[in-house]
Amino acid sequence: MFKKILSVLMVVAMVACLFAACGGNEDAGKSDATTFQIGAIGPTTGDAAIYGQAVMNAAQLAVDEINAAGGINGVKLEFKAADDEHNAEKSVNAYNDLKDWGMQILLGTVTSTPCIAVVEEAYNDNMFMLTPSGSAVDCIRYDNAFRVCFSDPNQGIASADYIASQKLGTKVAVIYNSSDPYSSGIYEKFMAEAAVKGLNVVAQGAFTADTKTDFTVQLQQAKTAGADLLFLPIYYQEASLILAQADKMGYDPAVFGVDGMDGILTLENFDTKLAEDVMLLTPFAADAQDKLTQDFVNSYKAKYNEVPNQFAADAYDGIYIIKAAIEKSGATPDMSTEELCNALKGAMTQITVDGVTGLGMTWTADGEPNKAPKGMKIQNGAYVAM
Amino acid sequence: MEFLQFFISGLSLGSIYAIIALGYTMVYGIAKMLNFAHGDVIMVGGYLLFTISTTMGLPVWIGITGAVVGCTALGVVIERFAYRPLRGATSLAVLITAIGVSYLLQNLALLIFGAAPKSFTSIVTMPAMTFANGALTVTGESIVTIAICIVIMIVLTLFVNKTKPGRAMHAVSEDRGAAQLMGVNVNGTIALTFAIGSALAAIAGALLCSAYPTLTPYTGAMPGIKTFVAAVFGGIGSIPGAMVGGLLLGLIESLSKAYISSEMADAIVFLVLIVVLVVKPTGIFGKKISEKV
Repeated sequence: MFKKILSVLMVVAMVACLFAACGGNEDAGKSDATTFQIGAIGPTTGDAAIYGQAVMNAAQLAVDEINAAGGINGVKLEFKAADDEHNAEKSVNAYNDLKDWGMQILLGTVTSTPCIAVVEEAYNDNMFMLTPSGSAVDCIRYDNAFRVCFSDPNQGIASADYIASQKLGTKVAVIYNSSDPYSSGIYEKFMAEAAVKGLNVVAQGAFTADTKTDFTVQLQQAKTAGADLLFLPIYYQEASLILAQADKMGYDPAVFGVDGMDGILTLENFDTKLAEDVMLLTPFAADAQDKLTQDFVNSYKAKYNEVPNQFAADAYDGIYIIKAAIEKSGATPDMSTEELCNALKGAMTQITVDGVTGLGMTWTADGEPNKAPKGMKIQNGAYVAM
Repeated sequence: MEFLQFFISGLSLGSIYAIIALGYTMVYGIAKMLNFAHGDVIMVGGYLLFTISTTMGLPVWIGITGAVVGCTALGVVIERFAYRPLRGATSLAVLITAIGVSYLLQNLALLIFGAAPKSFTSIVTMPAMTFANGALTVTGESIVTIAICIVIMIVLTLFVNKTKPGRAMHAVSEDRGAAQLMGVNVNGTIALTFAIGSALAAIAGALLCSAYPTLTPYTGAMPGIKTFVAAVFGGIGSIPGAMVGGLLLGLIESLSKAYISSEMADAIVFLVLIVVLVVKPTGIFGKKISEKV
């Protein structure tokens, strides 16, 4: 008897859900003529949650600021975030959910692998897309897609140039994730540029998604080869393990990371002493003294009670870049997704934006930004400009 | 000297595999089922220890005791409610249930602890030892892991061969029906097996997270699969087989990373497994049991 009642209840619940979903769609259809609806996709749970949460928080902050100041030419923005858990299939699902909601412009996705999947869908729909932090080359392979951050090749080349020009190490070891396009993309360009600049790379250790816990062998090879600088083009989670294992081995090289290293200081229960003196190349420094950065850092701190990382800065700039492109093109919210996309992508190559991740940022037609990176160093558990 | 270093890191990895594999192999040997949830019990052990010792700030020994007691209870509960009702069912049904339990535990952990990784504080306070002017470093975790592994193997072998519940396990393993007719409490014996296996999982969880200090709801998944391989490698159902299988797996993984390719390590591990099974289908220590007419 109990089972029967339960099954009837379940059926009622399911039918109710179906109707509820229909209702939601109708509402979305009506509202898109009066506001710009910006959707954002990123991992707010999962391994890369720190990035997704930072992006969503900062984007929301920027949207609130713009709305409080009266919107864009009097038109308000609506913002909706969707979680993809740093997974390509879930990201495409999130994209479709946001389209059902009435998304006209996509801020996303946050991480590279899902971004490469979503850009296909967005291209088919001719949806304008600006990824704050998707750095793989293919993230913006179509003309509807742009990015705020540096691309992987740029990060690899810039890292090699920086290490060479600052003479940070005489013998360099690299540990990278060969199963991740982000990591291996940076690695390849780094190696090519290192050869040009005459950097002495003495050890290269790869790992994959299935072997990302034990790095003692790769570290031992680096140690035996006498490497005094360890280049880690990987995400902070594996980097935290590498730092801990190197410490236990009594191996203490200088460590140089890329933007994926950002977040290591906020890892729960992580001993930040291990990350002391870790260097990374990033376009954003929370301790920079210019007014733009300080205003952003203070309002972010007031709202979310933490110092924004580089992903937050990318997303904050992202919303203002969209604003600049809308203003330049004179786009209105009653345009179709396709008209809006054509208008915005035309405007992107003409605008110049002063943001927290760079002054005078401009874009090329293939979606890449022009801006200068800054070297950062972790000291006493905080980022300091080098 | 470098070879020795790789050998030791393989040995320490292998010791953790061995402790986990013991849980697999005991359950298979006695209940004749593959407990795919075993890897996730390790993860639960890690989270219990993290919660008690790091979040609540209690001493480590309370954390370890809590993790062992919690995992033992969890193992017995899983056996009672997920596996015992299926005792007479096909082995496929039990296998699917085990996979279900595995996902259930992962998703519960996701719900309770969230997906953001946690950095684990090592339970081992012993400092690393260096030899030959720092060319060879043996971490405290390696020494403790290898020592605990040896102790567990000796205790377990004595328990199974010398005590009454241990002999009951032998009996249930050989012929469940006949054991029941002879007055052996079959359900009790299987529950005891799960209790021991899960307690070992808690210890393995503490050691795994100390050696590789990160904790996520999926921490147990990959070691779970690899140690299943180790158990099959050594001959599933055999206690020394699980030990040897685990150690060999760790060594092969570490040495192939060092001398062949760090990306290919897993491929090589599984290739060796295939070769061993082709040559000796029952594994290294597996006995071929002929059907009696």
